[in-house]
Amino acid sequence: MSTQEDTTRKQRLEAYWRANIRLITTLLIIWFVVAYIPPLILPQLNSIVIGGFPLGYYMGSQGSLIVFVVLIFYYAWRMNRLDAEYGMRDRDK
Amino acid sequence: MAVSTTAVQAAWRSRLARYYGIFTICFIIFCFILGGLELFAGLPTAVIGWTFLLLTMGLYATVGILSRTKILDEYYVAGRNVPAIFNGMATGADWMSAASFISMAGTLYALGYDGLAYIMGWTGGYVLLALLFAPYIRKFGQYTIPDFVGARFGGTRARVVAAVAAIIVSFTYVTAQVTGVGLIMSRFVGVPYQWGVVIGLSGVLVCSFLGGMKAVTWTQVAQYIILIIAYLIPVTFLAIKLTGIPIPQLAYGQALQNITALEEAQGITKAYVTPYNEALTNANAITAARGIGLTPPAPITNTDWLGTPWDFLALTLCLMLGTAGLPHILIRFYTVPSVRESRMSVGWALFFIFLLYFTAPAYAAFARWNILQNVVGSQVVVDQGVASFIDRATGQPANWVPQYVRTGLFNINDYSVLEGLSGDSLPAWAKDRIQAGTLVWNDANGDGVVQLGPFAPVDDTTGSAGELSGSSVTAASVDGILQFAELNINNDLIVLSTPEVANLPYTVAAIIAAGGLAAALSTADGLLVVIASAIAHDIYFRTLNPSATPQRRMFLGKSMIVVAAALAALAAMPNLALIARMVAWAFSLAAASFFPIILLGIFWKRANGAGAIAGIIGGLAVTIGYLTMVYINPNLAILGISDASAGIFGIPVNFLLVYIVSKMTAEPSKEIQELVDHLRHPQEDDELMTNLASG
Repeated sequence: MSTQEDTTRKQRLEAYWRANIRLITTLLIIWFVVAYIPPLILPQLNSIVIGGFPLGYYMGSQGSLIVFVVLIFYYAWRMNRLDAEYGMRDRDK
Repeated sequence: MAVSTTAVQAAWRSRLARYYGIFTICFIIFCFILGGLELFAGLPTAVIGWTFLLLTMGLYATVGILSRTKILDEYYVAGRNVPAIFNGMATGADWMSAASFISMAGTLYALGYDGLAYIMGWTGGYVLLALLFAPYIRKFGQYTIPDFVGARFGGTRARVVAAVAAIIVSFTYVTAQVTGVGLIMSRFVGVPYQWGVVIGLSGVLVCSFLGGMKAVTWTQVAQYIILIIAYLIPVTFLAIKLTGIPIPQLAYGQALQNITALEEAQGITKAYVTPYNEALTNANAITAARGIGLTPPAPITNTDWLGTPWDFLALTLCLMLGTAGLPHILIRFYTVPSVRESRMSVGWALFFIFLLYFTAPAYAAFARWNILQNVVGSQVVVDQGVASFIDRATGQPANWVPQYVRTGLFNINDYSVLEGLSGDSLPAWAKDRIQAGTLVWNDANGDGVVQLGPFAPVDDTTGSAGELSGSSVTAASVDGILQFAELNINNDLIVLSTPEVANLPYTVAAIIAAGGLAAALSTADGLLVVIASAIAHDIYFRTLNPSATPQRRMFLGKSMIVVAAALAALAAMPNLALIARMVAWAFSLAAASFFPIILLGIFWKRANGAGAIAGIIGGLAVTIGYLTMVYINPNLAILGISDASAGIFGIPVNFLLVYIVSKMTAEPSKEIQELVDHLRHPQEDDELMTNLASG
């Protein structure tokens, strides 16, 4: 009985960790694309101008930053929900 | 139980929100009152400067005294009850230093697109911090980063190596903050630089000495509020003046268009939005060597890699990984109540940092536009004994120039201003060029005074003008018309001179000074806590004397704060060029030492102590080796990668060494593997933690 409980607890923890890793991987791919691809294709991006901003310059000075902020809040929100789904208790202090 | 804790937390949060809300409103009202008194009652500028200085320093001291504590948990981690949003603000102030506040907009002004590596690097690092570090560091829940390294990599040796690395990185950084404090104090309240250092540091000490992390946290929240208001007010006025739109972050697209057009019209080849146009030089190494009294290396400029993105990409990556690995930022996530809050807290931290970082490029663009449009092309004159120019709006010499020339932040390098000067009284920039051989003064008539004449070409570009000749003498350099290339502007000037450029009252200058001081002091506070705890907690208590009483540990911690502050002040006194460069290196060093081992410590159970030590030492050795080499001789750069980006070579070496050495040695003990499991799940398991941490 207790061995079985242990196994299911272990499986639950492993599934939680796998879900976490999947989420981290997805978000890091977005992070990488936003930060490191625009500098490589800058002349092409800069030929597009929106509101006076050459797009390549805009990505470096504002666009990527906005994505970074959104990524972190999304991760926090999603993980806090995953905690509940997988029955993780969080300590309060 | 859970309900009541939540209720207590909610009440605590709303009380904090009320206090800081009232504080913000009072600060804004106070700024307007002083501004009004200046405009309508003619309040003297010295009074305004001192009022701001004493008021803000007094405020920090009050928070420090109110938060004084004798409880270790409060001293090291602010009692672990800082709500996410307030920890976000404190992290913002902890992070944004004198360099972010004063120098960054100027760096962007000078570098254009290439400077955006700092903007992206210093924000993108928080994504790594949020996804890879913060929740696990919070779950670990001890006091310091060496605590984590010691527990995870099983042993005193790993802990000591981490403590020493933390001290080196933080000390470099705190010295630069102290330098910033000295500069701000000397410029805005007129005390000598050295006195500025001492007064500023005493402000830092009241806080961190009495209340440790608890006092530092609550002071940093107030400092964040002051610094962000101080940054946004002047640039908003500037945007209104130049574009009529009060949102600078949206309005500067227009500035970028105007910059591009003006640059084309003026034949400036190093264009603002064009990337990768910075050549590698060893100019800083030469200045630094002179400052210390060593023989400077021969000047070298490497232009082979212009137009390639490699250094930009490498620098961005090093700044990101370094940001995530800096101990004084990581320890802020020990102070929140839970893992959940730690995740949200990084989001808030980056949001508050973002407010300043997405404004800095606007600041830079407006400054560049203003200079290209209103300053370049003006008539060069000599005013109050220094090179100045005729302000086209007033027809008079620009009134702000002499004060900045005297502090060494601004120079006009048109040779016409040398006319009639004796050899001894030549400005420093002209003497430097004569020494470097690009300017030759041949005193033909032997009167000891420079005489210029009409420009006579020698070859396609250079020529001579009266007694002056040499490779830097061109038609444009002697014509008495200000060219863009003849403006020698220190990066710090862009933010500091905004009030004068936009004709704003002196109160705005005082607000900027208060903001810069808040930025420098808050960062210095956080760093002193790291240094003191590395010595008192990691090296003394955990390693040398585990039976030390809490009183003794607290006493040693407080003494170390004073010692570290005094040493930082001593290191900052000579104000060396090397220190500014060392801050850039700190990120490469943190990226090549802490980042890989903390990451693998959490995500790879098989990583062990031997691997971690090999990784830190190997990563640091490669990074320091490469940066020293390229700093002195840029021709040795691989793919054009500069000294500041040296971490790009150290990072993979660190990862690889941890992998190989860990595989070759025994796997970590069962307890340590259980610790890793424990870190990965936000669930209570305090007994195991306590055993491991003390073991």
